[in-house]
Amino acid sequence: MSEQTTQEGPHVNPVLPYLREDRMPHIWCPGCGIGTTVNCFARALTESGLDLDNVAIVSGIGCTGRVAGYAKLDSFHTTHGRAIPFATGLKLSNPDLKVIVYSGDGDLMAIGGNHFIHAARRNMDITVICVNNLLYGMTGGQASSTTPEPAKATTAPYGAFENPFSLPFLADSCGAVYVARWTTYHVRQTTKAMKEAIAKKGFSFVEIISPCPTLYQRRNKLGDGLQAMQYYRDRSVVKTGADTRDVGITFQGDIICGKFVDRERPTWLDAYNGRNTTAIGATYRPYPWRGNEGQGA
Amino acid sequence: MKADPAGVQTGRHYLDGNHACCEGALAAGCRFAAGYPITPSTEIVERIAGRFPHLGGLFIQMEDEIASSITLQGAVWGGAKAMTVTSGPGLSLMMEHIGLAAVLETPCVFVDVQRGGPSTGLPTLPGQADMMQVRWGSHGDYQIIALAPSSPQECFDFTIDAFNLAETYRLPVMFMMDECVGHMTERVDIPPADQIEVVPRRYTQKPRGEYRPYEPGEHMVPDMVKAGMGHRFHITGLTHDERGYPVINAVAQDKMVRRLIDKVRLQADQIVRYEEDRVEGADVVLMSYGITYRVALRAMEMARARGVKVGSLRLIVCWPFPEKRVQEIAAKAKAMVMVEMNMGQMYLEMDRAAKNRCKTVLVPHAGGTVHDPEVILAAIMEAVR
Repeated sequence: MSEQTTQEGPHVNPVLPYLREDRMPHIWCPGCGIGTTVNCFARALTESGLDLDNVAIVSGIGCTGRVAGYAKLDSFHTTHGRAIPFATGLKLSNPDLKVIVYSGDGDLMAIGGNHFIHAARRNMDITVICVNNLLYGMTGGQASSTTPEPAKATTAPYGAFENPFSLPFLADSCGAVYVARWTTYHVRQTTKAMKEAIAKKGFSFVEIISPCPTLYQRRNKLGDGLQAMQYYRDRSVVKTGADTRDVGITFQGDIICGKFVDRERPTWLDAYNGRNTTAIGATYRPYPWRGNEGQGA
Repeated sequence: MKADPAGVQTGRHYLDGNHACCEGALAAGCRFAAGYPITPSTEIVERIAGRFPHLGGLFIQMEDEIASSITLQGAVWGGAKAMTVTSGPGLSLMMEHIGLAAVLETPCVFVDVQRGGPSTGLPTLPGQADMMQVRWGSHGDYQIIALAPSSPQECFDFTIDAFNLAETYRLPVMFMMDECVGHMTERVDIPPADQIEVVPRRYTQKPRGEYRPYEPGEHMVPDMVKAGMGHRFHITGLTHDERGYPVINAVAQDKMVRRLIDKVRLQADQIVRYEEDRVEGADVVLMSYGITYRVALRAMEMARARGVKVGSLRLIVCWPFPEKRVQEIAAKAKAMVMVEMNMGQMYLEMDRAAKNRCKTVLVPHAGGTVHDPEVILAAIMEAVR
């Protein structure tokens, strides 16, 4: 594989420079929405104008957890649910990095839920992109903490009945400074939201509702990926600035989309430096110190 | 290279083992720590939280030990020397990421100030019952290195060694303190920075596009990298090839796992470390480590006063175990006696290495306090009967 950035021309897929071509083909099923979100992500990165050498992507485990493996960035495929604390260490050891966590609902919100709420509370300066397909895909279609009643899943053969997380509400109430939701039907809006989230200082969160034709659509007799797109088109309601208490997902009901939160709050590192400066005084040198290469952080 | 003088409090101090461990980490170049409070280790992170901000470092208190044990790895892949600190219940939660550190070959240090277990056990009282867990506790086959200090001075000295070993072999190094050593206050001499040897991280010198994260180099260990160098590297907890790409088959598994094992197993002679006292000509050789070593020494003197030829083989590096040396001793001594604050963990290893060449005896203790030297003495007298 050669350096793709030298191949730019009118006929080159604009996403190509962001992909590890030597890892293709990918594992995602026909009609899956994850690839669509990766397209949006690549475009968002292009439009962001960032130096890609300073962009790192961290994933957990699951179908969306494979995104890190295909992204031609410094990329980390970590343990189940733990992408956020890994990203926290990465960001804090090198605050010049732009760190993006890219994972699924099962990974980020169930097993990783504790890390998600604390990173949002701290306002850790990372972007979290959650592809929410309403179940566990990689392991074969089990119910997740976002599966709405009465959707069927392999571990909910008579239908899910637990109250699902509303991810924007969770992120908002924990202190995220940017919260948006779109579906894979809304590629331009998703791209824009990703771009804004990446540019935002602090804990930014983008949820993308995405179809799992193999497991969710089929088991619930909802048709294929195309029919999911028709559902997203017909039942998405754009409500920018909506109260996140009112944006919960119901089975085949309206999907409230838009940017719900965009506010300012000191990041963890700003707060750390601020507190230490106040308490220690003029002798405190704000973190990170420049020019202490070889001596760690 | 030599230690950064900024992190070295040269001079004579009166410190407990926990504080000395923090100073050792600073001398070793550690400037990042993630942790979650747990007795009896908490004084380490408390001192870190106070000291690191003055030295260009950073401490973050995470939401749990699971997070701590991977946040430190994120920090390492961002370029820091990093550690986390815990005790038994926290160590149990960290098992997931000891395995991750082993497979990603993340150079890092886990400090375990051991207390009595199982479960919540004896939060404020000592134990040495995490010795097998730390070796085998995460799923799959892997290797770690573990050290056990017996004094606050060694908490300082060996913490530096722990970081150096982590960098040399690119694996998680387990620093196996115990509540006694952690809370015991003694004289600690911190040498001048130019007398402290620090192993710097061996970063790749390869040009962009040519770096392979798991291509073995010196010591069978790949060169390191950090995010932001332009290599656009990928690492994964899945079984992977030299590119770091996942490969899910038996051939890749054999190649990867074999090297993770061999880099310790085949180089164990350079890693093992122990201290001997009057082993030559001894009829009974006492084995011990950590605080138990100091109690065993007392029992040894008592036995020698009774005319029994007793020697001591004290573990400094517990994992890998000094198998060859134990074999040699077992061929000459009448008995080897393992004294440890658990119901028989390193004893199993000693017994295995002795291969029936001599009698092997366990002097167990369930934890909560140190052994009574009289009990060890009785075991020695029984062993030579």
